[in-house]
Amino acid sequence: MSAVSDPATASPAASLFRRNLATFAENRLAVASAAILLGFVVMAVFAPWIAPQDPNETDLFRRLQPPAWMPGGEWAYLLGCDALGRDIFSRIIYGARISIFIGTVVVAVATVIGILAGLAAGYLRGWVDTLISRLIDILLGFPYLIFAIGLMAMMGPGLVNIILALVYKEWVIPARVVRGETLAVRELEYVEAARALGASRFHIMIREIMPNVLSAVLVVATIRMADVIILEASLSFLGLGVQPPTASWGSMVADGRAFILEAWWVSTFPGLAILTLVLVINVASQGLRDAFDPRFHE
Amino acid sequence: MTVSEPLIRVESLVKHYGGRRSLMDRLAGRPAISIRALNGVSFTVARGETLGLIGESGCGKSTLGRAVLRLHEPTAGRVTFDGADVTALSPAELKAMRRDMQIIFQDPYASLNPRRTVAEIVGLPLKLHNLAKSGREARDKVAAIMERVGLKAAHLDRYPHQFSGGQRQRIGIARALISNPRFIVCDEPVSALDVSIQAQIIKLLIELKRELGLTYLFVSHDISVIGYLSDRVAVMYLGEIVEMGPVERVLQSPRHPYTQSLLSAVPDVDSPGLRKRVKLTGDLPSPQAPPPGCKFHTRCPLAVERCRTDVPVVRTVGEGHTAACHFAEELVQG
Amino acid sequence: MSGTMGNLLEVRGLRTVFDTRAGEVRAVDGVDLDVRPGECLGVVGESGSGKSVTFASVMGLVRSPGRIEEGTIRFEGRDLRALSPKELRRIRGRHIAMTMQDALTALNPALTIGEQILEVLYAHDETLPSVGRARTEAARKKAVEMLTLVGIPSADDRLRYYPHEFSGGMRQRIMIAIALACRPKLLIADEPTTALDVTIQAQVLELIADIRTRLGMSVVLITHDLGVVSEYCDRVMVLYAGQVVEEGPTAAVIGDPRHPYTKGLLRSIPRLSLRGQPIEPIEGQVPDLIGLPPQCRFYSRCNERIDACLQPIAMREIGAARRARCIRLEEETRP
Repeated sequence: MSAVSDPATASPAASLFRRNLATFAENRLAVASAAILLGFVVMAVFAPWIAPQDPNETDLFRRLQPPAWMPGGEWAYLLGCDALGRDIFSRIIYGARISIFIGTVVVAVATVIGILAGLAAGYLRGWVDTLISRLIDILLGFPYLIFAIGLMAMMGPGLVNIILALVYKEWVIPARVVRGETLAVRELEYVEAARALGASRFHIMIREIMPNVLSAVLVVATIRMADVIILEASLSFLGLGVQPPTASWGSMVADGRAFILEAWWVSTFPGLAILTLVLVINVASQGLRDAFDPRFHE
Repeated sequence: MTVSEPLIRVESLVKHYGGRRSLMDRLAGRPAISIRALNGVSFTVARGETLGLIGESGCGKSTLGRAVLRLHEPTAGRVTFDGADVTALSPAELKAMRRDMQIIFQDPYASLNPRRTVAEIVGLPLKLHNLAKSGREARDKVAAIMERVGLKAAHLDRYPHQFSGGQRQRIGIARALISNPRFIVCDEPVSALDVSIQAQIIKLLIELKRELGLTYLFVSHDISVIGYLSDRVAVMYLGEIVEMGPVERVLQSPRHPYTQSLLSAVPDVDSPGLRKRVKLTGDLPSPQAPPPGCKFHTRCPLAVERCRTDVPVVRTVGEGHTAACHFAEELVQG
Repeated sequence: MSGTMGNLLEVRGLRTVFDTRAGEVRAVDGVDLDVRPGECLGVVGESGSGKSVTFASVMGLVRSPGRIEEGTIRFEGRDLRALSPKELRRIRGRHIAMTMQDALTALNPALTIGEQILEVLYAHDETLPSVGRARTEAARKKAVEMLTLVGIPSADDRLRYYPHEFSGGMRQRIMIAIALACRPKLLIADEPTTALDVTIQAQVLELIADIRTRLGMSVVLITHDLGVVSEYCDRVMVLYAGQVVEEGPTAAVIGDPRHPYTKGLLRSIPRLSLRGQPIEPIEGQVPDLIGLPPQCRFYSRCNERIDACLQPIAMREIGAARRARCIRLEEETRP
């Protein structure tokens, strides 16, 4: 009724998605972050072509060689070398593959599981909801990192195991979001309309409700990506992640611990890489949330 | 029964909400709290008739509309549609029956899925009930019904947010009509609309009814709307029908004090300040703990001791006109 | 426009616009209005008519992306637009009060209603003793008085209640009590009963009418319901697409509407007495307020339009007390 809100709703045409995208494009910081993020992805995908050196080639003559701009450095080894004389710059480029791959796969698998579990719990209610909600509560009761460490200790290290260990708990987060959104959406009249038309529960969950909870869960997924990358780095740092000699930022930081005073670059540059990647993911996903989550609109 | 068996027959329909306790509640020993939304409601709707259902918020009128369609499962009682017991249908039979019984919703914003195009929204019943042999045929049917409700067929691929409130309500009407139903529950279909748009939708609903031979259960809190388009009217208070009958009789010589006060509360452009106002005091009692005796006695200006203890029986006060008040026979208003 | 002397509120040429991505929305476009002491003015219009924005402008409550582009707003002769925010705040609350349509969101859910009334009294009531226990006592007494006035039983007790503990009708009463706490000279009630049931609506409207006579204040009743206007208002103003289209004494306007929009609105109201007769709605919908052509705003929906309507139309006087924005007023074009 209030005329004050009219101008906002009166604007015609342009699909919701394009309007949201335009909002996102106006956020300069978020766009810059997205661009840097894209740079990381490109770096990971084309690592063999970009990396100046073989990341696993040891050269004891270059042990702890400083970065190029310091005395004793050389430009072919831009960020210096580690204790085994491996090129840090190249290892960072290859390490991006591990971080981004694990981050993406874990979040993707967890999101799919979470959407299905959340939809089932939120729409079907009853014992399905009780079961899923209790499981969520129990999993949330464990500290994430300790939970993952425990699982890794049981399963042993390795790429597949690290993904599994993280997914075991990660699905809970999208599941909770989807369940909450579903509880709200299921009461709306268009869901009731679909029931009145004779639609099945499966149709209602997948065709009517899911598209409307998707944007919220995708925003959550991008934010979670940053956390998963940190968790992977933490596990690798503790030696429970990807096994040597494969380059991983977490294990690279760990490698440099012993020489932090005489050769600071060994730990610092992979650490900075983690920081930058996590930061740009967070800023970009904040921008996405502001643009796509309807609750942040007027 | 004679030839004019009503299309809809509702017998002693009861709907209680809640009451089911979760495991935690049971462990904690919390008692079940139930809200009695419908408390033994009976009525019929004849073929081609519009029954207006009126009452204030919380009286159970929307629940009644949904319980008749089994969108909310009734706790007890029976609904028959054209002789078939709707309350006893299996899920598959119920799905088939949904072609014949439809609903139009109040909120033109919440009732359309924002992520679906109009073609998808209106065409959904065709898909669910295999009413179109091809995608082409489905699109043609959607386009035809769109034009019939006053929308441009060219707008088929637009999303709901690209339409105004009145247009969206037309989309909702098109969706309800595309499967050729015989009976439609109109749940406050014009309450959320501006006056001039409201009139457009009322006009459309009346035309469609006449053309397609529809039967309406028209739920509204607006007495003017009900008075204008209903044949008979039922007045609800706290989950019960307190008065029912032909619309002229009920609205011009109401026999239940609640109907009288409801009517006198409506401001009228034609005769401002002329009516004697029957003032109601206080608010609707909680449906969790309805008062004993006559449920209206807490607000009734005429309540006496007897009303606090005795539940009034429904009595006939005229041709097809019933009222549930101890004094219905005496309450003739000038 | 009748003499400007003695008007409590006087608005001239008010233009409020909203900057949106799609362009400039002219929500209020050249509105003139007067509120006389002690009168009840009904302001009628549909969504997008600008009725709420007009009074949000009067109250200085228009926020970005909205802004008042031009116009004067005089209250008791003082230009409100020239006042500092601090001075404006003093007038708002003390002399002009406004109630909102949705009492649940307008009241602060975290404070008791007592705290909310006292807050207003402390901020604006100069008759209270300046310090100490006496001040608290006096304010409390006044709060109880106001709640009793709006018909809240055992008001003393209820001061400790939170908004959610009341029903919709009660909350609307409480909001009125807060608005009236400082005995304002003007009460602006924005759709006070739209969210309420008819029996409760009648109670609230009777209450406003009753308090108006008792306190001798002026009331602006913003509503979309012509029935409410005909029953409770002395004068009525009809808004359409940001402009006043008709204005005059209620009985005259409703009994003999002169603008085609007012006529259409009255014909659009369904009534028992009209059963069986076809309803004649105004076809079409309110125009988009962005980039309106300089012509009669009702042109596209009007059933009396002629080519001469394709120019800017000014308000025309009909006798001493009535005005309407239609070029064909002088003709007897009653259908």
